[in-house]
Amino acid sequence: MKTVFQKPKSLTDAPLHYCPGCPHGIIHRLVAEALDELGIEGKAIGVAPVGCAVMAYDYFACDMIEAAHGRAPAVATGIKRCRPENIVFTYQGDGDLASIGMAETVHSAARNENITVIFVNNAIYGMTGGQMAPTSLPGQVTQTSPYGRDVKHCGWPIRVSEMLATLEGPEYIARVAVNNVKNVNAAKKAIKKAFQNQIDGKGFSLVEVVSACPTNWGMTPQQALEWVESDMLPYYPIGVYKDRTEGAK
Amino acid sequence: MAERVLMKGNEAIAEAAIRAGCRHYFGYPITPQTEIAAYMAKKMPKIGGVFLQAESEVASINMVYGAAAAGMRVMTSSSSPGISLKAEGLSYIAGSDVPALVVNVQRGGPGLGGIQPSQSDYFQATKGGGHGDYRMIVLAPASVQEMASLTIKGFNLADKYLMTSMILADGTIGQMMEPISFEDAEIETYEKPWALTGTNCERKHNIVNSLYLQPDELEKKNFERYERYKIVEENEQMWEEYMMEDAEICVVAFGIASRVAKNAVVAARKEGIKAGLIRPITLWPFPKKAMEAAADKVKHFISVELSMGQMIEDVRLYSGCKKPVTLCNRCGGMIPSPDQVLESIRQAQKGAC
Amino acid sequence: MPKVTFKTDLCKGCGLCVHACPKGCLTIAQDKINQKGYSPAQMLHEDKCIGCAFCATMCPDCIITVEK
Repeated sequence: MKTVFQKPKSLTDAPLHYCPGCPHGIIHRLVAEALDELGIEGKAIGVAPVGCAVMAYDYFACDMIEAAHGRAPAVATGIKRCRPENIVFTYQGDGDLASIGMAETVHSAARNENITVIFVNNAIYGMTGGQMAPTSLPGQVTQTSPYGRDVKHCGWPIRVSEMLATLEGPEYIARVAVNNVKNVNAAKKAIKKAFQNQIDGKGFSLVEVVSACPTNWGMTPQQALEWVESDMLPYYPIGVYKDRTEGAK
Repeated sequence: MAERVLMKGNEAIAEAAIRAGCRHYFGYPITPQTEIAAYMAKKMPKIGGVFLQAESEVASINMVYGAAAAGMRVMTSSSSPGISLKAEGLSYIAGSDVPALVVNVQRGGPGLGGIQPSQSDYFQATKGGGHGDYRMIVLAPASVQEMASLTIKGFNLADKYLMTSMILADGTIGQMMEPISFEDAEIETYEKPWALTGTNCERKHNIVNSLYLQPDELEKKNFERYERYKIVEENEQMWEEYMMEDAEICVVAFGIASRVAKNAVVAARKEGIKAGLIRPITLWPFPKKAMEAAADKVKHFISVELSMGQMIEDVRLYSGCKKPVTLCNRCGGMIPSPDQVLESIRQAQKGAC
Repeated sequence: MPKVTFKTDLCKGCGLCVHACPKGCLTIAQDKINQKGYSPAQMLHEDKCIGCAFCATMCPDCIITVEK
């Protein structure tokens, strides 16, 4: 018998602290599989965010650092500029990357910093208990938008991939989702490509992963994945928004 | 005799950093320290180093955090409002126990303040600035030579004690030119087994982190850190004494204020007043040993500062409130004249008689 | 016949594997509680399993191993 599926080596044995059904675990695994398959675990240095994935440093078996909220791309820049031979990635949520850390995100993209950014967009602040995120949908009910996100009052959700794709700087910007097997497999390919780009010295590669937060959305894990399909993906369409080498799709 | 070159204070810092082995500089433009960035921008590409102008002060200190965690000698420089923005990163660097060098060429505050010299970031540098229990080694140069030598010393101390060394300079010393020498600088190197280098699949992963969700773990970490700080306090106090042997009036001043104060001490001596000067070179650890010794001998302390009186609190504290302490100050970018300091010495003498 | 193994102690009973299985092989064992306090996923119809690993692909806790 041949093993067709097992936990990748680049994940440690630490049990994940995430809520039941939280796709962070799937996305961690995809990153770890990419590290394994590209043979770069020993060269990789990961930057954990502030948010639900704050303890990602315990889960990835490569060297890890914990950044301040939103500053992961700056920390990654510091590391990569010191150790260009290493593979440096950040793993960030929507509050971290698209709100408090937007400047770091945009400028590291503009510099075409040769790093890989995994951006998990689940339209809510999970760790602090479900507040409105920069990517919360219009009308979405959260703890800090209890009557639904009123775009007249607090503005529109930001489509990070589309925005970054307008920059000359970045090499690769893609949006994927992890709400079903087909999309998970496609997400894996995009993440692997984002790391391969770094190996090839091509520059800033960001994969936006549309994810779910069953706990703070008040849904079962399966309902949450269905809501990704019905509500998230129409606003955040899957696609390659920029690919300097191969062209956007 | 060692070769001497004429340099601007800010440039001396930059050149000294390079000589200390710093090959990574991340910064953001702000007056009056921009010469440091300009010097680095020119030099670094030619010596295989990295100069990167960050998008913000916040980003630059976090780049420093990343580079320090990667095991490199790294620095940033800024001036007062910029240091406020860096406070977040300073706290993370302290909480993660990685070494870095941060330069503050102070200007007047609060707020946007002005661009003239000041010493009003004393509290920020010595008492915190960022959140949480932590310390930085704070070095206060009073000459262009010290801008260079304390920069090298700062890198050595940072690596030795795994903490931030801050050069707390001011706009005057940053901008003025003096002849200096780099010959005597001793560059120390330290092993960094904790650094992020990639595991090479040969060791357990290194984690650079300041998060400890278990309160007992966080407390233990802080206790350990403060044990290290105690060693710094015991071993690294630096100060200069001038005419203190028989002094009755002790002027305490650092940085540019100490140069004015020294002139006033000389003038006071000419008037027959037994004045002397203690010039703290490390502001943290404060030269407690010098202050304790002086407190038993002198009759009066005068704290001369370019602020509303910040160091004066430490002068009182470390002299054990044994003798009166008065303030002689200007602020907002103004500098006290030797005459103003002399008048304070005269007043102190009257009180002491 | 494919073999699907669960690290049952780490299962949080989210049920995503159950939904992902195209053959309806899996279920949440309502009558069991693991160390974490969750009812874990388990194999119900091993004979129907085709070893597609869809269950493992969707498992957020990476507790499923599939052999074929």
